[in-house]
Amino acid sequence: MQEARINTHAGAAARTLFDKIWADHVVAELGGGTSLIAIDRVILHERTGAIALRELAQAGRPIADPARAFCTMDHIVETLPGRADATRVPGGEALIKETRERAKAAGIRLFDINAPEQGIVHVISPELGIVLPGVTLVCPDSHTCTQGAFGAFAWGIGTTEAEHALATGTLRVRKPKTMRVTFEGKLGPGVSAKDLSLTLISTYGSAGGNGYVVEFAGSAVSELDVEGRLTLCNMATEFSAVTGLIAPDEKIFDYLKGRRFAPQGELWERALSYWRTLQSDPDAVFDRELTLQRDEFVPMITWGTSPQHAVPVTGRVPSFEESGATREAYERALKYMGIEPGTPMSSLKINGAFIGSCTNSRISDLRRAAAVLRGRRVAPGVRAICVPGSQSVKRQAEAEGLDRIFREAGFEWRESGCSMCFFAGGESFGFQERVVSSTNRNFESRQGPQTRTHIASPETVAASAVAGHIADVRTMLG
Amino acid sequence: MEKFERLTAVAAPLLHANIDTDIIIPSREMKSGKKTGLAEGLFAGWRYTQIGGREPNPKFVLNKPEYRNVRILLAGENFGCGSSREHAVWALHEYGFRSVIAPSFSPIFYNNCIRNGIVPVRLPEGVVRALAGKVEQAPQDHKLTIDLPAQEVIAHDGERHRFEIDEHHKEMLLSGLDEIDLTLTKKASIDAYLAADRARRPWIYLEP
Ligand code: SF4
Repeated sequence: MQEARINTHAGAAARTLFDKIWADHVVAELGGGTSLIAIDRVILHERTGAIALRELAQAGRPIADPARAFCTMDHIVETLPGRADATRVPGGEALIKETRERAKAAGIRLFDINAPEQGIVHVISPELGIVLPGVTLVCPDSHTCTQGAFGAFAWGIGTTEAEHALATGTLRVRKPKTMRVTFEGKLGPGVSAKDLSLTLISTYGSAGGNGYVVEFAGSAVSELDVEGRLTLCNMATEFSAVTGLIAPDEKIFDYLKGRRFAPQGELWERALSYWRTLQSDPDAVFDRELTLQRDEFVPMITWGTSPQHAVPVTGRVPSFEESGATREAYERALKYMGIEPGTPMSSLKINGAFIGSCTNSRISDLRRAAAVLRGRRVAPGVRAICVPGSQSVKRQAEAEGLDRIFREAGFEWRESGCSMCFFAGGESFGFQERVVSSTNRNFESRQGPQTRTHIASPETVAASAVAGHIADVRTMLG
Repeated sequence: MEKFERLTAVAAPLLHANIDTDIIIPSREMKSGKKTGLAEGLFAGWRYTQIGGREPNPKFVLNKPEYRNVRILLAGENFGCGSSREHAVWALHEYGFRSVIAPSFSPIFYNNCIRNGIVPVRLPEGVVRALAGKVEQAPQDHKLTIDLPAQEVIAHDGERHRFEIDEHHKEMLLSGLDEIDLTLTKKASIDAYLAADRARRPWIYLEP
């Protein structure tokens, strides 16, 4: 672990990736360091979209360019097979219906509950080529940072800002500071992007990125496939960063080719030559640089109620001194989680296992989990659920026979959506149940009243489901 | 949006770090799908004795009689982290809060405050704790003052702490102006940008 502050005298012309995207979107300077920034893509979902659309309609304000606004149904929809508008979330059905009506009236593209494109917003946007390198993209959802994996400036906003973006095609933004986080080292078998993210946040704290746009770089990052990069950027918000992003490369361009809203033909070639310029210049200066250097990154898991409360899966519940938390936060977390200092993580028995969410519900996530589950069964007493991130992921998984592996192992196999990633009054694992989850937040009651969430990679969730306690996936790899 | 200039009011301390938006307003309390009707759900998990119940938990700071008419919250670092739900700010505002003082805020929450007439004040942790110590001695008498034009928090004994806030954010809070109207006065610049950008990045613009 090293840290360096770099002086700003070198290379005035050298720019970071973020500087380049920013410069290409400045519409006007508003004074006091705030700029009016053009917004290329707005995506809504049914949880907050209806409010934004309703407010605009009531104020009589049209949407500046409806063709560049999208809406999906993901947050509160039912995920059991045969679903319709009914949902266990109180008031949810009315919100779903209103979102549908208002999206239609506003003329924006809607990916409705049973549409083939439906899924979690940050899963379907890349699948459909809505996010592209170099775009500005906003959504009233804090995990919009996920989409920075394509080399976009993508960030979460509130509902009022979403109204502003829809009505004007712009947002008023003060240029954030930049940070580069470089990961150097190998990802061995059983280790994936989620582990990189938990390593970073447990090392520098959940406020470590506060105020910064974080560019992820280094050998471990360039080796990640596109989906792994989405996972890494997904948790930039758990690091309190404004957002995360990664310079786009050939993997990203190959992924996008032929996607529905990606450029085609001659426009593709023009876009490609622009996209190839989207990298930080070699001597670009960041406001802060962090480097995480490991011979080998290891599987991580959270013990407490903040993503920074993470340790290697082979580790123990830390002592107060080791925890890096304040005394009050430490004791509160232990009590909430029902654990004692010094307990080996692997001795914690679990009641639930959840694979899903915009962090880890893509096809590669399901493939890695299925590789662990093949020929094995979930331990007795463990309720295990897999929720593919989109209908497209679900279809692909079924074509590969992964659904059979999940089902035969004892997992429920669901329709796509946010599902039990968060509790909105609908389903939960239950009071004080201990769950290993491939999601991104282990806050108190995030997955349900008093539910105890340990976040980890999907392969660690699969291994733990089989073992019946928190487990090291590396012991189960062929 | 309501204007903000200067406010002298009761302040309540809630100094845990990382109070997330789900604690401020639990998902299950966002039933109506509206910007209003949320104050009852504010801090519901802490404020009531039972999940989903409405019996006040007497130990929770906002339920104590000495904190009635509270308008200012003193909080711990990384306040408002987690979900981007603006409901958290709407609920605080509807309950009566007009300012939150904390060592740091989640960026999305901070922006949401500015857009809803709540002044987010960043002060060092030691200062926040010291202010909480003063307030606690006699909450109804030891009021705090937020002076936005001067960018100062003033304790009952006259002690002053300057805070930083973007000029633009300050302007928005002071004027109470609607941001969309403000931006639409720049329509000529927006149109000029779009014309130039269509030529430069035509693939951004989609068919309806
Ligand atoms: S999957 Fe979870 S974190 Fe992602 S958008 Fe849905 S609720 Fe939010």
